[in-house]
Amino acid sequence: MLQFLIRRLLAVIPVLFVVAVVVFLILRLTPGDPAAVIAGNSATLEDIANIRKQLGLEEPLLVQFGIWFKGILTGDLGHSFYYRLPVTELIGQRLEPTFMLATCTIVLAVLVAVPLGVLAAWKHGGWLDRGLMGFSVLGFSIPVFVLGYILIYIVSLKLNLLPVQGYKRISEGFWPFISHLILPSVTLAVIYVALIARVTRAAVSEALTEDYIRTARAKGLPEVRVLIRHALANAAVPIVTVIGIGIALLIGGVVVTETVYAIPGLGQLTVDAVLARDFPVVQGVILFFSVAYVLINLLVDLSYIVLDPRIRY
Amino acid sequence: MSSELIAVEAPPVSHRPTVLSKVARNWSVRLGTVVLALLVLIAVAAPWMGTVDPAVMDGAIMNVQPGVSGEFTLLDGHAIKHTFWMGADSFGRDIWSRVLYGTRISLVVGLFVAVVALSLGGVSGLCAGYLRWLDGVLMRIMDGLMAIPGILLAIALVSAWGASLTTVVVAIAIPEIPRVTRLVRSLVLSIREEPYVEAAVALGTPTWKIMLRHILPNAIAPLIVQGTFVCAAAILVESILSFLGVGLPSEIPTWGNIMAEGRVQFNQYPHNVFFPGIFLALTVLAVNMLGDGLRDTLDPKFNKRTGGN
Repeated sequence: MLQFLIRRLLAVIPVLFVVAVVVFLILRLTPGDPAAVIAGNSATLEDIANIRKQLGLEEPLLVQFGIWFKGILTGDLGHSFYYRLPVTELIGQRLEPTFMLATCTIVLAVLVAVPLGVLAAWKHGGWLDRGLMGFSVLGFSIPVFVLGYILIYIVSLKLNLLPVQGYKRISEGFWPFISHLILPSVTLAVIYVALIARVTRAAVSEALTEDYIRTARAKGLPEVRVLIRHALANAAVPIVTVIGIGIALLIGGVVVTETVYAIPGLGQLTVDAVLARDFPVVQGVILFFSVAYVLINLLVDLSYIVLDPRIRY
Repeated sequence: MSSELIAVEAPPVSHRPTVLSKVARNWSVRLGTVVLALLVLIAVAAPWMGTVDPAVMDGAIMNVQPGVSGEFTLLDGHAIKHTFWMGADSFGRDIWSRVLYGTRISLVVGLFVAVVALSLGGVSGLCAGYLRWLDGVLMRIMDGLMAIPGILLAIALVSAWGASLTTVVVAIAIPEIPRVTRLVRSLVLSIREEPYVEAAVALGTPTWKIMLRHILPNAIAPLIVQGTFVCAAAILVESILSFLGVGLPSEIPTWGNIMAEGRVQFNQYPHNVFFPGIFLALTVLAVNMLGDGLRDTLDPKFNKRTGGN
């Protein structure tokens, strides 16, 4: 067990190293002088020279990477040229809305998708099953921003039920906070529901063919208990895995959803930074999201031990 | 049921008619193909479908409602009769024309991204699967690439390289490469154990020839299936890039650009967002349906191979 833990933890290191190299190269592979790219059109020669010095651009590429990599290891993601702040501080400021949006979305998606998937597997081939499969194709195809605008149009503009856009911190009261989050979470949850429900359906229908299900039914257990205690519990590993993999989808969706709903989170920070050609921020946010994604999937892997006692490493 | 299984597992040459007719009978493939064919027709025939130059602005028709007939002033000052089927945007450009011409960008980007991702991912997958010494390093790099959220990587690459059709295609293709690589690698690992590969090795066939002549042809069906899903994802990502303002320049009519322009006045003129949005959703849906149908008929083991996605 301990050996597995150590091996799994060590496996994260090469992945994160490759992420760091790619993020570093994004800027260095730009045609022309990275310093000029960062400085923008209105920069003076002096500005460019300053940036060159700050990034160590006079040094060979490997030394540059060394400087930058040492920085990120010590928690220094560089300095925003646009906001005039350390990148870590900027990320800290924008983290809350994104975190809340992502959490709400995951909770909502799991609460909707898992019961739907179980029911679809239970009534295999029934109307709910077919409806769910149709919905999941639709869910993968409808763009997040199109769905967002449809919801804004119907719920906010026509029915006047919820605020159109913006974000309220939880300290400003619970209802304002949650009412601003409902539409973005629903928008973002649709594709996630499609993904999780599909896998839940497949995993539960496979579990339902097992002998222990017949045994459980034969000894007269209520059907609900058979489905949850026996079928769902044995289907937990693939479901949790797909939730972890889906985080990548979620992060991409966050960027778009935050733009549609004007939520001042990390996604909007990324878009603003790209438009302002503020590359240290772009690199910092991508690094942050990738590390979060890798760590969440590490947790998913470790959760197998709890979820499935048969797994012994 | 049993005859279907035989058709898939048998050598492709002798049973090709069966597989093809099975594909043609699949309703998901049929529907997807019909919608896609219509979209290709629109893309090709856009100039003759009651459109005007999608980039021309006419100050007199700003924010015209959908369905209104009126006059459109061309660049040379010449006014022509024109029906604004989808209204006009706040710059006075005809949305109908922009949406129809936008079909071209979406289809071209979808197709080219699929081709680029499949060829680069195919080559690296073949290498990883067949050249064991390369496998470890290559797959670690792919794991790392996969850890970066695709849309973010594409956004960053386009902004670093500057937006053009080529950079957009390459930037969208790069995050797709690891998944193709993994697929091809896993295919190669099972195909290389087949007796005919062993026979080729025993005959002294050069490695490159074994890879291209014996292994690649047997990986084609799953690759085509994967390609349709890459294509659907690419069309979505391109529109997201344009929508966020980091994709192709705003004067080029892409569905994402039209929506980005329309969202400023969404409260008063929601149609500027909805018309391109409907086209976008329909296109992606059609490609996904084609992919689902192809997967079910050509490659029933697909789900197991890609981890149930």
